[in-house]
Amino acid sequence: MKKLGMTSVMLAVLRREVAVAMRQKGEVLTPLVFFVVIASLFPLGVGPESALLLRMAPGVLWVSALLAAMLSLQRLFATDYADGSLEQMALSSTPLGLLVVAKALSHFLLSGLPLVLMAPVLGLQFGLEPRSLGILMLTLLLGTPTLSLIGSIGAALTLGVRGAGVLLSLLILPLYIPVLIFGAGAVEADAAGLGFGGHLSLLAAMLVLSAFFAPLATKTALRISLE
Amino acid sequence: MNTQTIHWFKFASPQNFYYLAGRMWPWFAALAAVLATVGLWISFFVAPVDAQQGQAYRIIFVHVPASQMAMFIYLVMAAWAGFGLAFNTRLSGMMASALAPTGALFAFLSLVTGAVWGKPMWGTWWVWDARLTSTLILLFLYLGFLALQSSIDDPRRADKACAVLALVGSVNVPIIYFSVKWWNTLHQGASVSMTKSAMASTMLAGMLIMVVACWMYAIAVALVRVRSIILDRERHTEWVKHAVE
Repeated sequence: MKKLGMTSVMLAVLRREVAVAMRQKGEVLTPLVFFVVIASLFPLGVGPESALLLRMAPGVLWVSALLAAMLSLQRLFATDYADGSLEQMALSSTPLGLLVVAKALSHFLLSGLPLVLMAPVLGLQFGLEPRSLGILMLTLLLGTPTLSLIGSIGAALTLGVRGAGVLLSLLILPLYIPVLIFGAGAVEADAAGLGFGGHLSLLAAMLVLSAFFAPLATKTALRISLE
Repeated sequence: MNTQTIHWFKFASPQNFYYLAGRMWPWFAALAAVLATVGLWISFFVAPVDAQQGQAYRIIFVHVPASQMAMFIYLVMAAWAGFGLAFNTRLSGMMASALAPTGALFAFLSLVTGAVWGKPMWGTWWVWDARLTSTLILLFLYLGFLALQSSIDDPRRADKACAVLALVGSVNVPIIYFSVKWWNTLHQGASVSMTKSAMASTMLAGMLIMVVACWMYAIAVALVRVRSIILDRERHTEWVKHAVE
């Protein structure tokens, strides 16, 4: 059998994930709609005052993005686990960690990236300035891959477990807090004239850190779940 | 060369550890009781009234030990979890799950005593300050651990999955702590440091004795709990049948 290189394995997994997702478009669209609905509920809950909404906007959009990313996480390994293809991936000669990275990347492309693109529309509803919208998009772009990577650990741990959905959020949401703080903080820091470079650097640092460690943890968790 | 071999893993066998723990826990429990009595006596009758905070400061004698136990038990738990994954010893996972409820209890206690202390000092039960928030998140991490433990039926798989979670959590604890710290800070700085202490010596003595008492309590409780876990998991074996008779 021909031994595949790293990039071709990654591309193959990505292509497969995108193809599967395109056949079930609902599963990609539902988290996105969820994101819009959640973000639109906040003004209804706290009132239409524009000053208040403007102050809340980055936090609300970030929390909504967090929850929306969470919603699609459970699917990350569950369908492959159910039909046995995950076991085949674990048995194959390709390192499982590499497959995990490709899976997390596909989760980012299919659920994180749409959120990044949708965020400015919602930001406009909250009255954010174009500059703030740009920063918000930038933080989401740096932050959502981290969410996918950390989330993959939770998805692997709760594979085939009773009440996996709620359990997943209990396990993963506390770990998301640093990303939330610096993601939402960047826009506020810029509005306060403090500059947002530090926040972006920290988000990037978290991305690098999770890109290195999360696949290791996910790989171990998958092996435990498949035992 | 020493020809005698040391049996490093002698007490890694649940059966051996069951008896060892049975012999050890009464001592730790007794030490905890004695130290807590002495510590509380110093706290309430010997330590002077604080110049700024009056009598209300006395909750520090419970609050500080509880907070540091909550943090430390998480690390000990993660260490046991790491041992379990590395050496594939059954007892390590059992120790980790025996420690988790105690850690969660201390985290909860730390939050409650903090709230009771915050009311007279800051005029509010709760502020979104760095230490309070990170303790709350620590409690969430404990609850996640316990929830994952209880939702997986196979105990070996539960131990391993929880071990991964505990290790991931322990990597995250400092990140969470610093991010929350940079996010907001109102909590008073540490009043005990290695070089210079801002407290009266009797106050410090009372607090340190209470810290040790909490340690002893945590060890005793963890040993008792791990004994029940061992009995539960090894219930199919011959020795358990003899042990419970």
